Amino acid sequence: MVGSEVILLDFWPSMFGMRVRIALAEKGIEYDYKEQDLPDKSTLLLEMNPVHKKIPVLIHKGKPINESCIIVQYIDETWKDKSPLMPSDPYTRAQARFWADYVDKKVYDALKKSGTLKGEQQEKAKKEFIEILKVLEGQIGEKPYFMGESFGYADIALVTFYCWFYTFETLGNYSIEKECPKLIAWAKRCMQRESVSKTLPDSKKIYEFFMEMRSKLGHDHIQKVEDFSPFRGRGVFLKHGRLVRIRY
Amino acid sequence: MADEVKLHGVTGSPYVCRAVIALNLKEIKYEFVAEDLSNKSADLLKYNPVYKKVPVLVHNGNPISESLVIVEYIDEVWKGVPILPQDAYEKAQARFWAKFMDDKCFPAVFKAVSSHGEEQAVGEAHEAFQFLENELKVKGSKYFGGDNINLVDISATFVAFWVGAAEEALGIELLPKDKFPKLTEWSDNYVNCQAVKDSLPPRENIVAFFKKRFGKA
Repeated sequence: MVGSEVILLDFWPSMFGMRVRIALAEKGIEYDYKEQDLPDKSTLLLEMNPVHKKIPVLIHKGKPINESCIIVQYIDETWKDKSPLMPSDPYTRAQARFWADYVDKKVYDALKKSGTLKGEQQEKAKKEFIEILKVLEGQIGEKPYFMGESFGYADIALVTFYCWFYTFETLGNYSIEKECPKLIAWAKRCMQRESVSKTLPDSKKIYEFFMEMRSKLGHDHIQKVEDFSPFRGRGVFLKHGRLVRIRY
Repeated sequence: MADEVKLHGVTGSPYVCRAVIALNLKEIKYEFVAEDLSNKSADLLKYNPVYKKVPVLVHNGNPISESLVIVEYIDEVWKGVPILPQDAYEKAQARFWAKFMDDKCFPAVFKAVSSHGEEQAVGEAHEAFQFLENELKVKGSKYFGGDNINLVDISATFVAFWVGAAEEALGIELLPKDKFPKLTEWSDNYVNCQAVKDSLPPRENIVAFFKKRFGKA
């Protein structure tokens, strides 16, 4: 069989990979999905993303594109004939980029900390996370989507975290909907789009995945060894001060 | 009606410098609003309530924040010298490397500088530089953008200018020529581009800044 024109290297629970899947669905693009085994990275992944060795990677006609937000923009610019994901005027486009960048800079780390830290540190982390969500909620305001009437780039950047909320609400014992009802209303509105509802895994499935991963480590504290450059991105974690490898 | 363009910034910031280079490349007339970061103006706080940082570009009263977002905006609004490639794939590559500067390179350099050239920190900075060195080798061109500078070169301004100033100020070596010949050559070419030369702050100011901020007592 001739190789697919569009291939996606991904990992099913990744909120970053989901962004690309939503964009591909919005445009009706057929592609070959290749699930990656992250601690045991494939030769293809290492070849296509030698710098970061991370998913998602979109391979289009044999050429790789990395970084989820960059991939989404590439998809929008390459498949121009249907469902524009970026606003049409430059100023609103700049705002969409600003907010997607804000999500990238703030949401992942804050979400993780809110569920994995303990005691007073966790309370502080929960507070910070809610503050970040309130800023995003404020930006959406009374509009149906981030930039107005149309679902697009900035919505895609944030909505993929929605399926992870249940996990961290349960771990942190709090309700995001209680704190940010308009944000959850926005998320549910996005979920009415087939591209989103068919892409986001069930929240309980994400929770099961996370708890299984955590129990394999046998410890409540997960500390990814980001700072040890030889091990960066290779599924190596710190457990009781020792380096261990885990399989998801 | 003429465009009104203002840039809120400080002359010593490599992020502000990116916006200045983009404005100068396009020959855009603008007003530089110098901010005192210890006493931020009401306008800055109004225009960038999320981060309260510089640079902020204000175009006909509309603010845009984050240096790379600003540079892309400038490229889209004003024709003339192109800053991003036209081709979607090349554009994605340019955005990738610009993001690499901010996500990996800048933090590694900052750690190396603030630790006064501690071995592990310098090692990580060298790892980041090696990716850039390889990229220049593979491209075989004068700049990351080819024959002319582009988004990637502009995003790497701190490597070309601020790193050298830090080396001088603190007496450390961050970017050895023998290890990174292409990157060193690129730095020399880049700072001599007209638009870049017109945009860089005086070197002695940056050296003095590093001495004051990170110098040993």
